[in-house]
Amino acid sequence: MDRINSALRRVPPWLIYVVAAAWAAWMFWRGVTGDLGADPVKALEHTYGERALQLVVLGLAITPLRRFAGLNLIRFRRAIGVTTFFLVLAHFTVWAVLDVQSLARVWADIVKRPYITVGMAALALLIPLAVTSNNWSVRRLGPKWRKLHKLTYPMAVLAAVHYVWLAKGFQIEPLVYLALIVGLLALRVKWSGLLPGLARRSA
Amino acid sequence: MAHRWTPDLTHADVTPRAAFLNRRQIIAGLAGVGIAGGIGGRAMAASDALEPNDYGDITTYNNYYEFGTGKGDPAKNAHMLTTKPWSIKIDGLVDKPGDYSMEQIAEAMTMEERIYRFRCVEAWSMVVPWNGFELADLLDMAGVQSGAKFVAFETAMRPEEMPGLRYPVLDWPYVEGLRLDEARHPLTIMATGIYGKPIPNQNGAPIRLVVPWKYGFKSIKSIVRITLTDTQPPTSWNKANAGEYGFYSNVNPTVDHPRWSQASERRIGGGLFAARQDTLMFNGYDEVASLYDGMDLAKNY
Repeated sequence: MDRINSALRRVPPWLIYVVAAAWAAWMFWRGVTGDLGADPVKALEHTYGERALQLVVLGLAITPLRRFAGLNLIRFRRAIGVTTFFLVLAHFTVWAVLDVQSLARVWADIVKRPYITVGMAALALLIPLAVTSNNWSVRRLGPKWRKLHKLTYPMAVLAAVHYVWLAKGFQIEPLVYLALIVGLLALRVKWSGLLPGLARRSA
Repeated sequence: MAHRWTPDLTHADVTPRAAFLNRRQIIAGLAGVGIAGGIGGRAMAASDALEPNDYGDITTYNNYYEFGTGKGDPAKNAHMLTTKPWSIKIDGLVDKPGDYSMEQIAEAMTMEERIYRFRCVEAWSMVVPWNGFELADLLDMAGVQSGAKFVAFETAMRPEEMPGLRYPVLDWPYVEGLRLDEARHPLTIMATGIYGKPIPNQNGAPIRLVVPWKYGFKSIKSIVRITLTDTQPPTSWNKANAGEYGFYSNVNPTVDHPRWSQASERRIGGGLFAARQDTLMFNGYDEVASLYDGMDLAKNY
């Protein structure tokens, strides 16, 4: 594990931005040139959204990976978080501009359709996180910064619920994401701290 | 007696001559010239002529959950389905119940080409040039008894050939149903071909229903059984989520799906920047409106 960690130290975190931006641009280009199948709008919308959700899972896995496996990815956490925000923004933009195509309809959907409301809430929670993802904010906010960034947890759950809710019929894949996210959050709960309390209450 | 339904207008009425000639070339390459009347684009309700989608789009963008829930899964997996030999069991309230082989059916039916709009409940649409025959003729072949009020349909269920059946996405087998008058309407066809070729497996080979004024999921694929009944049969999506999918499921821009609007649709084939189109009542097939006289279509969605 030490070998992996020291190898990772040589990888600059900005590489994540470069790779993500190149990937997003390449997918868009494939959409423009007709390489994303019969329905490029949905394909692009879904691929940005799903990739963002994968990054949410990866971001949440960083702390448990360090604690339980000794793998240190902390250096990449900010880049992963900010990239998540940009992919969610791309996902939203494709939906609003290329799919729904009208501000009135976008607003109607956000208000009327619970799965879209939930998705929008997740995006809204990402905004303060993205805006404060810099050294200046960390210094400026002090302990409040850590507290603010706990918004990641409800954001992750909302993002997974958004995906589960939009599926037609009983589908496995969205549930797998939800389970992963709930599982990764459960690893953060100090169960030992909770148990004596529960024991005392039931006694 | 086929050809009950004749389009009012032909391509020439609605299409600029250049486009018309271009389309004629396509059509000529497909199925011969004799059917030109039958393939007249349904121009009554649409302001523009019906330009069929590419064969590639029609056969690679499919919902056929028995082969997977992704749009590309059916094209990838449906080759596993054995479509020969094939027969349809017709039973229930009919004079001549039994297994009708595809050969038997094909011989007795009059094949036509029908270019129909196809509107998915997911708010996308295509235009598909189907080949097939009117369901009414098949029903007459079996002899519908006077007590029959509904027609129930069932898709093949073959776990070894349909990998999607491993997942409980729906309560398999897929079942659908129509009221008898809907089933007998001249617009309702059983399709066995697309663009003059045998229908590909991912589109519902060897034989499927096409009800162009209803959301696509009503047009059940790879049919193995047709049952005439006097009670409204269960339908798969209604069983899965009755609040979202009704028995009728007529295309209706004024009745939204609870999770998305049905007022407009994305026409497949327009690329990344195509504008949405307004969805038409009954998908543009106004001639079926009388079937629902006096019915509250918001309640009977």
